[in-house]
Amino acid sequence: MAKVHVTTSINGEPMEFLCEPSDTMLDALRGPLALTGSKEGCASGDCGACSITIDDRLVCSCLMLAVESEGHEIRTIEGLAQGDRLHPLQQKFLEMAALQCGICTSGMLVASDALLKKNPDPTEEEVRFWLAGNLCRCTGYDKIVRAVMETAAEMRAQ
Amino acid sequence: MNLVTNNKWIGQRTIRPDGMDKVTGRAQFAADTTMPGMIWGKVLRSPHPHARIRSIDTSKAEKLPGVKAVVTSKDIVDFPIEKGAVMLGIQDMRWMCRNVMARDKALFPGHPIAAVAATTEAIAAEACALIEVDYEVLPWSIKIDDAIKPDAPILHEFNKFDGKPSNIVGRLEHKKGDIEQGFKQADTVIERTFTTRPVHQGYIEPHACLISVAPDGKTTIWSSSQGQFMVRAMTAYLTGIPQSDIRAIPAEIGGGFGGKTIVYLEPLATLLAKKSGRPVKMVMTREEVMRATGPTSGSKSTVKIGATKDGKIVAAHGTFYLQAGAFPGSPIRGAAGCSFTPYDIPNLLSEGFDVCSNRSKVAAYRAPGAPIGAYAVECVLDEVAEALKMDPLDFRLKNAAKEGTKAAHGPVFPRIGYIETVEAAKASPHYAAPLGDGNGKLRGRGVASGFWFNAGGESSAQVNITEDGNVVVTTGHPDIGGSRAGIANICAELLGIDYRRVSVIIGDTQTVGFSNLTGGSRVLFASSMVVTQSTEKIIQTLRERAAKIWEIDPEAVKWENGAAHPVSPNAGQFEPLTLEELAEKAPAMGGPIGAGVQLNTQGADGGFGTHICDVEVDVDLGIARVIRYTAVQDVGRAIHPGYVEGQLQGGVAQGIGWALNEEYIYTKEGKVDNPGFLDYRMPVCSDLPMIDCIMVEIPNPKHPQGVKGVGEVPLVPVMAAVANAIYNALGKRFYALPMSPPKVLEKLDEPVQQAAE
Ligand code: FES
Ligand code: FES
Repeated sequence: MAKVHVTTSINGEPMEFLCEPSDTMLDALRGPLALTGSKEGCASGDCGACSITIDDRLVCSCLMLAVESEGHEIRTIEGLAQGDRLHPLQQKFLEMAALQCGICTSGMLVASDALLKKNPDPTEEEVRFWLAGNLCRCTGYDKIVRAVMETAAEMRAQ
Repeated sequence: MNLVTNNKWIGQRTIRPDGMDKVTGRAQFAADTTMPGMIWGKVLRSPHPHARIRSIDTSKAEKLPGVKAVVTSKDIVDFPIEKGAVMLGIQDMRWMCRNVMARDKALFPGHPIAAVAATTEAIAAEACALIEVDYEVLPWSIKIDDAIKPDAPILHEFNKFDGKPSNIVGRLEHKKGDIEQGFKQADTVIERTFTTRPVHQGYIEPHACLISVAPDGKTTIWSSSQGQFMVRAMTAYLTGIPQSDIRAIPAEIGGGFGGKTIVYLEPLATLLAKKSGRPVKMVMTREEVMRATGPTSGSKSTVKIGATKDGKIVAAHGTFYLQAGAFPGSPIRGAAGCSFTPYDIPNLLSEGFDVCSNRSKVAAYRAPGAPIGAYAVECVLDEVAEALKMDPLDFRLKNAAKEGTKAAHGPVFPRIGYIETVEAAKASPHYAAPLGDGNGKLRGRGVASGFWFNAGGESSAQVNITEDGNVVVTTGHPDIGGSRAGIANICAELLGIDYRRVSVIIGDTQTVGFSNLTGGSRVLFASSMVVTQSTEKIIQTLRERAAKIWEIDPEAVKWENGAAHPVSPNAGQFEPLTLEELAEKAPAMGGPIGAGVQLNTQGADGGFGTHICDVEVDVDLGIARVIRYTAVQDVGRAIHPGYVEGQLQGGVAQGIGWALNEEYIYTKEGKVDNPGFLDYRMPVCSDLPMIDCIMVEIPNPKHPQGVKGVGEVPLVPVMAAVANAIYNALGKRFYALPMSPPKVLEKLDEPVQQAAE
């Protein structure tokens, strides 16, 4: 089957790539775009390891077709830090040991960032429900929730 | 060995050396790796739980354009059953060679039958569908009760138990005293039978590898595993390539919990790469992970405990039947050997039975077997305490194992920290807090304890000083949960330098000495021993170098705060020489500074934990929720408290899943019916409360920093703690896991039974 040419923007950069019509956005990111920070844990929208945003909306990139990114603004974990300056969430995850194996971390950070953009002052329950689509098998979520809450508090104070 | 005191880095929550890569998406996990010319491998799997393979015809698949190689069991080295066990660690290669690819019979749905490599994943999958397999479908069994029936279909005809072909493939027992005499002394005896369902380790990263085989046989493997040396050895055994020709490079690993201690894909990808002359990448789907990689055992346990009126346990008997899956090797040692170990019981018989059935071969899962045994034992203990009208923690204290107690599995305990965990639980704010009002829901509190052996074993390290006076540590154990952070803390502490000057690398098989698996709660215990000894050698060299420069005796030089100093003014007046200065002078003063140590580490002390769990049960919906949880554990010494807590919290979360929701559900055809994260319901963020940790630190005297393994114990008591809490809430006890909503509703409809007879 002929490949499709897609023009999009990824982490603020104009980007073009070729993909099969049936390829998911996750396939495109990890394949032709060589952005392997988004992980595949399930390919069925149940683990959140592939979380990205499209026009600031949080999605599972495994559930979105690559061709759907045409003309839209995609953000991935690779776009979270500004140059060599980490996003406050990234910094806090490091300081508070909110990652163990790290396979869920990209998705957790992208999802947490999307949450704080929508709701800069979430309750613990709001954090837990927002992140309920991001499985982590290592941490028991405790440190992740704490890191998100603490980042939110720090960002509000600034 | 001296225990390090007044620490600058040990015990600090430093930032892990690999953290930056993991929060920015840079870290290279196995599926992230590519190579020029790479093609894709896929596995054809058996649809049947049990079937004889009469023939396999791969000719159509081979002709499909884009297909580069096809392999079947004929390509894999055979280890004939009658020739006896060929052990590699705890794995028998006779079973491994049949597990990676079915030989005469398919023994579970998902059992590999053939593998194909093609230019795209889609073509490889299409080719798999073109392979024709002639199966003779056989009767099968999955549940323990079915597998041990006299007329059960036998998986392995060669295996005999009591002289007859049987699916019972192993038995072990631990014995102490005389249980018959013991039970006679008891005033209260309670005996119960419990079942648990198979559950999966549930690591978020599916198995993956990328393998290249050069025409001269030199093989490079990038893969996700808990041990690159295990990958090298097993791949070598199964492909016939010498170990020296295989370089196994550990990718970052996205969780394992025991499930990545054996190989599934690597031998197949190696053979495909060899045949095709192209690098081959293989990545499992989630469904393949669930169907064909090791979950842990389902089980059936009977536990009988007798105690006197004053609360002393006088006898106990446990029988633990554990599913091995398709091949022998269920964790009966953990079930029979760990579950009574927190207690000093004079008369004890603990038996384990290893049972094969038509499901995928079990793999280790966090304290393999121990949580299953502890679930049964700790629930019966709760009933006995209740019958005796004793506080469950007081009952445990009264019977607690301590220094000098002889454990059923053999050893006489040195100084252990079990009592301290119970006391800390009793004294915790959690245990003192009232349960509070459930707002229409029923609340309950439960406690339970657990033990895991912990382990030492082979470990290697190399520590090198760079020319600018910094440090590179290379060890041989994949870092799953932050062990690099602990190693950096220890090395920085010993050298007296900032921990950021220490970089910690996981070496591949050809660049660092043999190191055994990351598993069994052994990595920081073992690797910090070899890193400590290597660093001590380096400090010795640094002192000698300074002594040479100062022209004094090395004994007159001490190493402190990252520099050499004269021991006392009468050794001579010299300005300290820092690590940087000595590194700079190295070429003129004897050459590079580095040291390596290989050890078979000994002296791992077992670990104990005691947990408190509060639940709230919605009696209309049958949903039990954990609303508060405290895990107390003797951690020896918390080198990096953040990652120690992380182990505790992660283990507890897995246990809560096992207790409340997780299970393999089978169709009538014997296939796993919930092979995805949606239906295999692992806890998500909104299912759990914060998980409090109390770390009791009773240093291991046989370890330079006092380290005890911490990773497995946290899973051991959880299911029992949750079950005891639910009993406390409902007044009804569950004898089967998981305690999922339909089961809770069923239970609520049952009439109340007597607490003890
Ligand atoms: S891979 Fe997309 S949600 Fe799991
Ligand atoms: S850190 Fe391993 S899955 Fe979250």
